[in-house]
Amino acid sequence: MGSIEAGLVYKTTSEIKGPILIIENVREVSYDEVVKIKRPTGEEVTGSVLDVSKEWAIVQCFGDTSGLDLDVEIRFTGDVLRIPVSEELIGRVFSGSFQPLDDMPLPLSTDLRDVNGGTINPAARDVPSEFIQTGISSIDGMNSLVRGQKLPIFSESGLPHNQLAAQIARQATIPGKEEEFAIVFAAMGIKNEEADFFRDEFEKTGALGKTVMILNLADDPPIERIVTPRIAETIAEYLAFDLGMHVLVILTDMTNYAEALRSISIAREEIPTRKGYPGYLYSDLATIYERAGRIKDKKGSVTLMPILSMPAGDITHPVPDLTGYITEGQLILQRELSLRGIYPPMNVLPSLSRLMKDGIGEKTTRKDHSDVSNQLYMAYAEGTRARGLVRIVGVVGLSDRERTWLEFADQFEQRFVNQGPYENRSIEQTLSLAWALLAILPKEDLIRIRESYIQEFHPTNKRER
Amino acid sequence: MSLVGKIERINGSLVVSQFEGEPKMGDLIEVGNLKLMGEIVRLSNEIAYIQCYEATSGLKPGEPVLDTGMPLMAELGPGLMGAIVDGIERSETDLWELTGPFVSRGTNISPLNRDKKWIFEAKVNVGDRVSGGDIIGTIQETASFEHRIMIPPGQSGVIKSINSGEYSVTEIIGELETDSGIINLTLMQRWAVRRPRPIRERLPLNQPLMTGQRVVDTFFPVAKGGAAAIPGGFGTGKTVTLQQISKWADADIIILVGCGERGNEMADVVAHFPEISDPRSGRKLIERTIIVANVSNMPVSAREASIYMGITLGEYYRDMGYDVVVLADSTSRWAEALRDISGRLEEIPAEAGFPAYLADRIAEIYERAGRVQTLGTDERLGSLTLIGAVSPPGSDFSEPVTTNTLRFIGTFWALDSELAYRRHFPAINWLRSFTRYMGVASEWWSAQDREWEEMRAKALSLLEEASQIEETARIIGEKALPDEQRLVLLMAEMFREGFLVQNSFHEVDTYCEAEKQAKLLKIMIEFYNTVNPLIRKGIPIEKVRELKIVKTLMRLKENRGVEPINSARLEIQYETDELAKEYEVK
Ligand SMILES: Nc1ncnc2c1ncn2[C@@H]1O[C@H](COP(=O)(O)OP(=O)(O)OP(=O)(O)O)[C@@H](O)[C@H]1O
Ligand SMILES: [Mg+2]
Repeated sequence: MGSIEAGLVYKTTSEIKGPILIIENVREVSYDEVVKIKRPTGEEVTGSVLDVSKEWAIVQCFGDTSGLDLDVEIRFTGDVLRIPVSEELIGRVFSGSFQPLDDMPLPLSTDLRDVNGGTINPAARDVPSEFIQTGISSIDGMNSLVRGQKLPIFSESGLPHNQLAAQIARQATIPGKEEEFAIVFAAMGIKNEEADFFRDEFEKTGALGKTVMILNLADDPPIERIVTPRIAETIAEYLAFDLGMHVLVILTDMTNYAEALRSISIAREEIPTRKGYPGYLYSDLATIYERAGRIKDKKGSVTLMPILSMPAGDITHPVPDLTGYITEGQLILQRELSLRGIYPPMNVLPSLSRLMKDGIGEKTTRKDHSDVSNQLYMAYAEGTRARGLVRIVGVVGLSDRERTWLEFADQFEQRFVNQGPYENRSIEQTLSLAWALLAILPKEDLIRIRESYIQEFHPTNKRER
Repeated sequence: MSLVGKIERINGSLVVSQFEGEPKMGDLIEVGNLKLMGEIVRLSNEIAYIQCYEATSGLKPGEPVLDTGMPLMAELGPGLMGAIVDGIERSETDLWELTGPFVSRGTNISPLNRDKKWIFEAKVNVGDRVSGGDIIGTIQETASFEHRIMIPPGQSGVIKSINSGEYSVTEIIGELETDSGIINLTLMQRWAVRRPRPIRERLPLNQPLMTGQRVVDTFFPVAKGGAAAIPGGFGTGKTVTLQQISKWADADIIILVGCGERGNEMADVVAHFPEISDPRSGRKLIERTIIVANVSNMPVSAREASIYMGITLGEYYRDMGYDVVVLADSTSRWAEALRDISGRLEEIPAEAGFPAYLADRIAEIYERAGRVQTLGTDERLGSLTLIGAVSPPGSDFSEPVTTNTLRFIGTFWALDSELAYRRHFPAINWLRSFTRYMGVASEWWSAQDREWEEMRAKALSLLEEASQIEETARIIGEKALPDEQRLVLLMAEMFREGFLVQNSFHEVDTYCEAEKQAKLLKIMIEFYNTVNPLIRKGIPIEKVRELKIVKTLMRLKENRGVEPINSARLEIQYETDELAKEYEVK
């Protein structure tokens, strides 16, 4: 990686423990420095310094350590991990540690970027506020995405999160705008066929030529996953803030990333917090997620869509939990909805887009958008509550009002949430559909919508006019 | 004075160094060739453990360290109002101009601008005897904010010279003759952030902080000088609630500490506060606000310091005689920083990996809230209200940061994911929240309306009763309940929608003045008192629910002012009279 070939070589490893190596009698080694570890086959794998004293250095190895012995050659490169960036990266495919996988050479560039990136100064941030139409009602209508947002998908194995992410990538547009965009796709420990699915999708829609793929698959070295998302975002930042492109970054699956981090932590015998994950998982995830955004006086943007699986569907599991504390909302997929044949199986109640408020409204979508969204949430919450009641008291036990809520909830799932994977609804279509469903309810119950909007947008009023 | 040493080891944000001589705990250190900032957190023999405020990548053992001999200090003086600074008080706006949009390392800039001139008006005369806390002059820092220049704590003597005029913060504005010689007076002073600034006396709390948020002011108020915590899972509304308080609280100064949270939220405040005006003074909010922004991907140790920085700034303005509110979002990130450093020091962990001294540190922080008589001879009063967000892992309130915080605060706003899911915001659960400042608040409110206390109690008891009835309804269905109970459910719904729910993005309802709060509460109770007898006399609940006034009452909050509330009262009378006539009851 990079062009650094020089560096001191040591054969003084005293211990190898899982992905961790301890190297003795080192000199002039710096914290976070990149090392090259020579495998018996002659191939070099990358590592980096986690802890260093005057006598020793502790190194994490991003490749497989099995087969290494204590005589292994370790070369200290004298620099942090950097990758060359240039426009030529677009359209290319790399491994999770940036080896070309497409039979083309590494891009030539003297512009080497630290994969850890920098922290965007909060004062230099521009608040993301450009509404992205994804064509998916449950997103556009109720959890709108804006350019520069970080919005993850929480899912479970077997659910169509890949289809959803691909649909978003395919359909995302800013109404009325044509601009330079790119996709950076990073896979961490996903199956080969899943990566192929994305590649085919991008190819079909002609986006492949605008895509950079960084692939660490299920059978690739797990610890490599620590650098994979960082490489992806370094490229994204370059495309966005140097070349002025609007970049969508898809990172999947962040739970595999966190597991790699956990195995390093366990090997270092750090004190675990929940489920064996280290106490710094929050801060570490933040160094990945917070790289999304917009910068004042710069044209481009980095929009981030991490995908992560909730082990056993548990949203309180540390990975989704801490992710939700960092990202600007979350889209949650639910098995039960999927089993009922609803696509996307969006569990809208716990889903959220925090930046929605800045992206919607009179100037961008429609003035009633925010109220309609709030009303849908409330009505659907009432409906699901009524559905819970039915299980105990039966439909006959419901009051008329509760029956209406229930009716609403059913229709809402069938007609609003449910749509085709290739169905692309405009925001106007989404909002009219919402009104058509809200018309199931008595007008008095539309308490979250301003009366003037009910006057203007309610289907019965419209007909009267 | 300054000691030098050499780096022995680097482990993340922790740097271990050997010193020639004896450094002190808490000393500020310049670390390595890059001169990164750090602070000594442990000493053993000649080894100092330094937590570094900036990313340590690239540091090497053997690089020099330099002890400044001073702890981390806040620079206090004019120029901070409206600023956005990092955890160690460097202006992020200046850093951006200086080093570009990405934070660079080792940029040592002075917190207070050294070039800007301020118009200082002296308020003391030569020959006056003054001591710590005495105001010697003022600066009109912003249109709405008078910055009072004080003698630093611990100093006293006779004014030897003092001159009004234009000064930068380091220029000499006068001289003080003390027992130990002459001291130059400047517009600026320094204070070690981890030490509370001294006061004359702590005073009992005597006033609620009005925030314009109904569920807060009416049901769970915090007193000026009190402490409050708002725990909740992600997305339940901690940040929005704190931002609402920072916008609408009747305080003089707001310090917003973004401690390990999102950069965009900080940018949002910077972007919007210049556009919003304080409903009382009419001045732009940004003119009374300071933002301390240490976001989640900045080094954890500076995050740990940022809360102390925010509180110290707050105490400085309190000492001028102002009511200050410090909002910390989120104290859990601060506690995690503490845990991170503790882990690297290989301290023995207590619960969930946190160090055993977590509770003490939390107590120390909340202890710095209070209403005080400040130093200085003019018997000034000031207050510092401290409000902290808590982000419990997995939304589990039994975790150590939440439970330990509970012990030291007076108001607890328990956020509830279920409420947030149905977009009931603020998602403050009225059954699980509490306040210990009710005495103070009742007194204030009762002065506005003698029946207030009774009405609040009635509202809370209806809400509580409703939650019990709901339990039953879950088993037998609402339809099977007696109408009196269904009326309680209706009332609870009306309270929820018409009073508790307050959309912070609604142009009118984002702020609700006290008078309107009291009137809304009253009219709801009046409605209950009017229809309850009708239900008892056999008028069916459905008929009551169908009354137009029910919807009107739930929407009264959307109107500006209290006039519509007054006219709704007549409507209640009229509609219920009609209903009674229809059923021939009276
Ligand atoms: N009073 C309110 N009115 C309207 N919407 C609100 C209100 N409070 C919260 N919300 C909604 O809830 C979302 C989440 O709120 P907020 O960002 O304050 O959560 P949080 O508790 O700070 O979460 P985190 O712990 O992840 O930072 C907001 O983006 C907003 O959409
Ligand atoms: Mg928050």
